Amino acid sequence: MTVPGAEPAARARLSPRERQRISRGVQYAILVAAIVALALLADWPAIRQAFLNAEVAAEGLPELFTVALKNTVIYTFTGFALGFALGLLLALMRLSPVAPYRWIAAVYVEVFRGLPALVIFLMISALPLAFPSFWLPGGVYGMAALGLGLVSASYMAETFRAGIQAVPKGQMEAARSLGMPYMRAMISIVIPQAIRIVIPPLTNELVLLFKDSSLVLFLGVTAGQVELAKFGNDQSSTFASPTPILVSGITYLIITIPLGYLARRLEARRDGR
Amino acid sequence: MSDVEIRDLHKCFGKLEVLRGIDFTVESGQVVCVIGPSGSGKSTLLRCVNLLERPTSGKVFVDGVELTDPDVDIDAARRRVGMVFQQFNLFPHLTALRNVTIAQERVLRRSRAEAESVARTDLARVGLADKADAYPAQLSGGQQQRVAIARALAMNPALMLFDEPTSALDPELVGDVLTVMRQLAEEGMTMLVVTHEMAFAREVADRVVFMDGGTIVEEGPPGQVIGAPRHERTRTFLRRVLNPTHVDTDGA
Ligand SMILES: Nc1ncnc2c1ncn2[C@@H]1O[C@H](COP(=O)(O)OP(=O)(O)OP(=O)(O)O)[C@@H](O)[C@H]1O
Ligand SMILES: [Mg+2]
Repeated sequence: MTVPGAEPAARARLSPRERQRISRGVQYAILVAAIVALALLADWPAIRQAFLNAEVAAEGLPELFTVALKNTVIYTFTGFALGFALGLLLALMRLSPVAPYRWIAAVYVEVFRGLPALVIFLMISALPLAFPSFWLPGGVYGMAALGLGLVSASYMAETFRAGIQAVPKGQMEAARSLGMPYMRAMISIVIPQAIRIVIPPLTNELVLLFKDSSLVLFLGVTAGQVELAKFGNDQSSTFASPTPILVSGITYLIITIPLGYLARRLEARRDGR
Repeated sequence: MSDVEIRDLHKCFGKLEVLRGIDFTVESGQVVCVIGPSGSGKSTLLRCVNLLERPTSGKVFVDGVELTDPDVDIDAARRRVGMVFQQFNLFPHLTALRNVTIAQERVLRRSRAEAESVARTDLARVGLADKADAYPAQLSGGQQQRVAIARALAMNPALMLFDEPTSALDPELVGDVLTVMRQLAEEGMTMLVVTHEMAFAREVADRVVFMDGGTIVEEGPPGQVIGAPRHERTRTFLRRVLNPTHVDTDGA
């Protein structure tokens, strides 16, 4: 048993727990080796100079917050509001007894879920070229809201549909038995309960939109209209440094991480009940 | 004048014929209890009376209006018919008071103040004046069912439908709901009640209808249908309901 030559037999005799311990030890060893290699090989002063340049970072203030973050928030919320309204409408169409409404909603959802958001933004930016009389309220703000609204509506439509279907059938029946017409019952009784159910996925959708708002840069924005990604990119060219991009990345995270956390908390609370 | 008249009512779910020609009437101010085994079509019958289920054929008249007429405004007609469900179906996102006011405001176009005053009166009627601000989840099953009764009463219905209103309740909460229903009957409300509470049916009903397999097997005063049933199927059913632990030998 203790003979070195009988190694395969000895290995076979390791208990699952011992085997797991050895495997864990190997994984830690690889990790430590990788960190040591990185620390030795990387040119730390150069990296600090490039990415953590405090002077360059300070150049972005206060516009980072007063312009870029503000615009990102505006694009996100207007897009979300439009997507919410359109998504709810599509969900109701999807559940309509009128078949063509169901088809239209289904096609919309398939098309807009299947297209990259970037393609939708490129289409919107091309609209004024194709139709010189094309006009949207709010200029770039209107176009951004439209783009983000069209993209998010397809996801929100599916979310709302699931939420409406999760409301027990007895709710609609009770409302109808009180004489409420179908739409009235939907608006007063079913949809308020459905929205409560879908708050966690909608919060996740808000996180996605917050990130997708960076696509607004393809609409050709002026200095006053820049959002975080373009702001970082422009500053980065100006100062020939990647630091501003890192700074705007961190600014995204300041918003998205707590929002994502909130979504998971809401989800846990909803499912816990 | 009869409040409810049902003529040759049939209802199929696909190939399954659940109601096979039902005829009966409920006179104004009467209480009719419908009894029968599970799956006999009692709920379906009740749901056809306010068109939650569309009859396959036959006619339903409520308060002189033919609900099965395709031209009738079904929402307007339903306002005259209150319905109380086995599972209460209160609106969980609204307080008890709001449960009772919302249809008054949205359907009858009563002002908020008027609707609330009606709601408080009806909540007091069912003994829940002090629960106006509670949400359904904060109420016991019996209290929820009484709020549901108040919600239906607030619409001034000519007819109240009850579908096993006490079946989902803990035994000690059944009495409160039956008390409210008894009181309604005494006040002269027209009621059509599906129930397994034989004591209630015996005491309150003007007529009892026994259904089995989608047809009415027998009907008449409670003393007859429950007390001295003529049909073997009725007798078998009553033996099971009145003495559930009894092993049914199914013999004569
Ligand atoms: N929406 C539906 N689709 C298909 N079948 C249905 C539907 N509703 C009821 N049924 C069937 O119709 C029959 C009668 O159902 P119903 O609910 O009217 O019986 P019931 O007498 O109320 O029974 P219970 O005492 O169990 O409530 C059952 O066989 C049931 O499965
Ligand atoms: Mg039933």
